[in-house]
Amino acid sequence: MSTIHAEEAGAAKAVPVRTAPHASMWRQSLRRLLKNKLAMLGFAVVAFMFAACFIGPLFSPYTDNKINMAVMNNAPSLKHWLGTDALGRDVLARVLLAGRISLTVGLASMVLSVFVGTLLGVIAGYYRGVVDQLVMRLADLLLTIPSLPLLFIFGALLSEWKVPTDYRMYIVMLMLSIVGWPGLARMVRGQMLSLREREYMQATVVLGLRDRRKLFNHLLPNLVPLIIVIATFNIGGAILSESVLSYFGLGVMAPTPTWGNMIDAANNMIDFQDHPWLWIPPGFSIFATVIAINIFGDGLRDVLDPKQKR
Amino acid sequence: MSNVLEIEHLSTHFHTEEGVVRAVDDVGLQVRQGEIVCIVGESGSGKSITAMSVMGLVEGPAGRVAGGRIAFDGIDLLKLGRNELRTIRGNEIAMIFQEPMTSLNPVLKIGEQLMEPLIEHRKMSKKAARKRAIELIGEVGISRAEQIADSYPHELSGGMLQRIMIAIAISCEPKLLIADEPTTALDVTIQAQILDMLRRFKEESGMSILLITHDLGVVAEMADYVVVMYAGKVVEEGEVVALFENPQHPYTKGLLKSKPIINQRQDELYSIPGQVPNPLELTPSCYFHDRCAYCMDICRTQQPVLKDAGNGQKVACWLNEEVTPV
Ligand SMILES: Nc1ncnc2c1ncn2[C@@H]1O[C@H](COP(=O)(O)OP(=O)(O)O)[C@@H](O)[C@H]1O
Ligand SMILES: [Mg+2]
Repeated sequence: MSTIHAEEAGAAKAVPVRTAPHASMWRQSLRRLLKNKLAMLGFAVVAFMFAACFIGPLFSPYTDNKINMAVMNNAPSLKHWLGTDALGRDVLARVLLAGRISLTVGLASMVLSVFVGTLLGVIAGYYRGVVDQLVMRLADLLLTIPSLPLLFIFGALLSEWKVPTDYRMYIVMLMLSIVGWPGLARMVRGQMLSLREREYMQATVVLGLRDRRKLFNHLLPNLVPLIIVIATFNIGGAILSESVLSYFGLGVMAPTPTWGNMIDAANNMIDFQDHPWLWIPPGFSIFATVIAINIFGDGLRDVLDPKQKR
Repeated sequence: MSNVLEIEHLSTHFHTEEGVVRAVDDVGLQVRQGEIVCIVGESGSGKSITAMSVMGLVEGPAGRVAGGRIAFDGIDLLKLGRNELRTIRGNEIAMIFQEPMTSLNPVLKIGEQLMEPLIEHRKMSKKAARKRAIELIGEVGISRAEQIADSYPHELSGGMLQRIMIAIAISCEPKLLIADEPTTALDVTIQAQILDMLRRFKEESGMSILLITHDLGVVAEMADYVVVMYAGKVVEEGEVVALFENPQHPYTKGLLKSKPIINQRQDELYSIPGQVPNPLELTPSCYFHDRCAYCMDICRTQQPVLKDAGNGQKVACWLNEEVTPV
């Protein structure tokens, strides 16, 4: 064959690099994300909520939560921008303080469920066999029970066992991650099953690499985009679930304010009709935060995980 | 010269829903030190599965090495545990695949992937491994090695990636390199450069190469010894010159006839009529019989065994049996 007559291998020096090197995939993704206006709007809203809740109260004179009978149920005014509640507390200060709790619970339970879900998903997908069966059946079990009723049962148990209200916040985080991890574990496992069949994973076997190196250097980096996307949606879901729980008096309890229990406190005909400043601010906060997180998550998914459409 | 690799009676089966596929059926071959052995045969003849059996890449539940012995340096690889195998793979036996584009992890930099076997097998520090990785990139004929080390696979061309794969494969100075159709996915000009480089490294280091190809041009250029496979069996083997000058098996003859000859235009390229048999429908027979111009009755009912055919060749064909058995 004519093709066999080769010159020295040095000829390859002429082979050009296809695209500009160093333009890493992460940087490309970031650039595309920055161009997505809707996603950036979502991000701006989320960032604003975080800044407002964690920094805002530092500038408010009303963060001591002191009861002040002189200003009960006052409408919004220059002194109290969002009015006061039935105990004369400043609603704006309370909404921001509640936001701290709600956002923290959302973030913390996300971190926990991402950790557990990724770990179990990776183990199940990598080792398969019995481990996989055990993990996935447990996940299926948790997934078949709708998460809200499950959370209600947990919440009711907490009340039954008279768990001190100070601890409830942490236990709510735990509860939310218990319902949060199975979906994530399942997606991570699916991704693992597909990744382990890739040729470059066969190549790692041929290279005699250790499992640890295969997992942490080769598989996890490929999972990161998926995990980031799911984690983002997960925060939104956790905030919403926490609000619902607290609204029903099964989550974080007064006096610790959360957006959910603030609406609950205004859950009567008089407040609903005559004191809308009691429930509109926390309600709007939940709505805006969760919608913004989901819009941002959508944008992230388009950028990081374009093949995966819900 | 000693045998680096000795495969004896290797059988690798896949248990599928339709039945058992005998992808590799009682195959034997030897690779001596410093020698290039080529396995040739049409697509589906079991070449890759033979290589994968050596590397321990045939995985359950469907696939299984059903029997035989694969001795590397006298050690039976089939009897080794996971950890013992791991210290041999990538270190003493290396392998490169057909598709360089998909054989590298897309999210890791070239340099990082080159450093891994060095860190794993040579116990190098990260710094030393990076230095060596950059040297290796230069050794496979790529300039601007530092810059390449910091780029991602999608930023390089197929030819460059295959050079990188070779660099990774030779990084721990293996005794045996298995190359499964290393040039099939590449442009013809690049093919020649890659083969040339493989041969140069072989000569410099004295390693052996088991080269898998369906391209007789590659065989002619590279091989010392040739093993012809058909439907999971070895049908003929021999020194490359003897085999090309005096092919014995009708399948080998057909393969050689279908190879275009330089400076000699043919009206139409010859190709062996018919197709590779369905591996699920094999009966005791010469598996080539329905495509063979010299097919006899016995070819349909009994399987010929591989026998010495003189001239250092071995062939499995009833035409070569002195006395035709009843
Ligand atoms: N995972 C599998 N399951 C079932 N059959 C397989 C599998 N992998 C390969 N085979 C069969 O093994 C035979 C040999 O394949 P292979 O070694 O890849 O051929 P080639 O000579 O082209 O490299 C083919 O008939 C193929 O159908
Ligand atoms: Mg093949």
